[in-house]
Amino acid sequence: MADNKISIKGLYKVFGDRPNDAIQNIINGMSKEKLLSEHGSVLGLNNINIDIPAEQLHVIMGLSGSGKSTLIRHINRLIDPTVGKVIIDGDNIMEMSQEELREFRRYKASMVFQKFGLFPHRTVFQNISYGLFIQGIREEEVKERTQVWVDKVGLTGFEKYYPAHLSGGMQQRVGLARALATDAEILLMDEAFSSLDPLIRNNMQDILLGLQEELHKTIIFITHDLDEALRLGDEISFLRDGKVVQRGKPQDIILRPADDYIKDFIKDINRSRVLKVSSIMENETKVFGPKIRSNTSIEKALPIIASSDKGLVTVVNAKGKTIGKVTLKNAISAIERPSRDKTNRYHYK
Amino acid sequence: MLEFFEEFPEMSRGDLRDFKKVIDSAFRSFSRTYGESIENFFDPVLWFLIWFEKLLLNTPWPIIILVVAGLCYLGARSWKLSIGSLLTFALIGYLGMWEDTMSTMALISVATILCIAIGIPLGVWMARSDRVQALVMPILDVMQTIPIFVYLLPVLMLLGIGKVPGLIAVCVYAMPPIVRLTNLGIRLVDKGVLEAADAFGADKKQKLLGVQIPLALPNIFAGINQTIMMALAMVVIASMIGVRGLGIPVLQAIQNQYLALGLMNGLAIVALAIIFDRVLQGYGKRLQKDREVKKNG
Repeated sequence: MADNKISIKGLYKVFGDRPNDAIQNIINGMSKEKLLSEHGSVLGLNNINIDIPAEQLHVIMGLSGSGKSTLIRHINRLIDPTVGKVIIDGDNIMEMSQEELREFRRYKASMVFQKFGLFPHRTVFQNISYGLFIQGIREEEVKERTQVWVDKVGLTGFEKYYPAHLSGGMQQRVGLARALATDAEILLMDEAFSSLDPLIRNNMQDILLGLQEELHKTIIFITHDLDEALRLGDEISFLRDGKVVQRGKPQDIILRPADDYIKDFIKDINRSRVLKVSSIMENETKVFGPKIRSNTSIEKALPIIASSDKGLVTVVNAKGKTIGKVTLKNAISAIERPSRDKTNRYHYK
Repeated sequence: MLEFFEEFPEMSRGDLRDFKKVIDSAFRSFSRTYGESIENFFDPVLWFLIWFEKLLLNTPWPIIILVVAGLCYLGARSWKLSIGSLLTFALIGYLGMWEDTMSTMALISVATILCIAIGIPLGVWMARSDRVQALVMPILDVMQTIPIFVYLLPVLMLLGIGKVPGLIAVCVYAMPPIVRLTNLGIRLVDKGVLEAADAFGADKKQKLLGVQIPLALPNIFAGINQTIMMALAMVVIASMIGVRGLGIPVLQAIQNQYLALGLMNGLAIVALAIIFDRVLQGYGKRLQKDREVKKNG
């Protein structure tokens, strides 16, 4: 377990008057519906177990009401669980005193909010420096460190503006910079880009991915948007009715959806753009036709395969070593939408 | 039997008289025992009020006028208001109301400072605890609705006629708005913004001074405005219990039907109210720079 930065164990959250009674019933197998009708309590999270390794961008995906925003607030204990542990670097967050918890929030985990949560009475610069200000760092250092982040998120020149004077995209860049400025190792992003329009959202995703390449933070990213989840996530946990229904790498989830719910979910996505040739190739060490990198998407690989002599390409890894081959047939069958009954029709690695 | 329905079953006259007597004599003995220590308790306030009034009265009038105009500019950053207040004070002096106006200004300033100093912390406390709110709300209702003379009576019995009872009368009446609006303002602060402060590890003090109070300022300043207005409205009542100022000529005017005297002094009170309010509101607006509308960006 030492490898996991964040480890959520047996986490339950019941909203209601007597959560401890209610939780016993749930553990003894009572259904969510029965709990609501008989006890008037709502089950928010139901036995969540997630391990997140350091430096991973972990997406928690779910529709509204699935409990995802509740879940992320347990990680920095903005919400207290009914039962369960959240272990970060070996320390159980739930056992921390108020003072320890404040220290944890100041130095270890920062957060970006769906509705930005910016301070309307503080300028862009003062907003970004808020975490450092709370840490009690001396002024010159705050200024220096804040300016770095102002520049990094492209807000140079807007330091003296107030949040109300900025567009949504710019406001969220302030939110992101404010969270990054504390140099916390963990970044919690609660539907951070959901309230932005699609073009800006794409742009923010680029910014986040660019920063992550440089910073290697452990990021928990909440979203209800599957395209966003597939684009950003090193790993995705699907949340439904307060339960994790599937957890895996984006490729795995598309190729092996755990149930019909997830199948329905992924049926409309552009498979050729998400799937990489490494997920569909057949093992091979000989060289046939043109070489392509294993992380090429099928969308980009298809024209190369089609224009090759034998309808065949060689897949090489990052070091240029041959690791497999992909045929036109492989590629086309991979982008066919799965029917509800058949699964695992593909060869994958 | 029928009598029971026609006549309310009252306490007998003798019992009622005894009942009142008990309360009266209990209070009298209370005031005899503790009157002096209560008086001593208010001494610092009285001392400050007298000092401030003397300061205003002994300073040459041109200096006062210039200081008022200067404060107007410092507070509201408006030349118009500064010149307006300069002219108003000159007119007040020319019409022979200078000394009364200075006395009233001293009383209102001290009353407002007291109300803010007690009212804002009380409002903050109420905003933090529903129990405190439930307890204080009815008290505020009583303070605002109970006839002034009813609570003046025990105050007069304790402290006699003079400045301190006048000040207490003004404060009791004028304090509720600042308490209520501070409470409301802090409760209305956006939960998302507070959550963000929590997520960054802000402690209670950092949240209160850095987030809640700044964001509650529009409401707090509305409360200060109401407090000043109500304090000035009490000037005439205060003069009935021996507080010098613009109230006394108004009282004389009522008794003797001097229309001009009443009108002039009444308008002087109005002028003071407007100047006080505009300066504080202007100051409040400058504290809330973020609410200005910028056109670009």
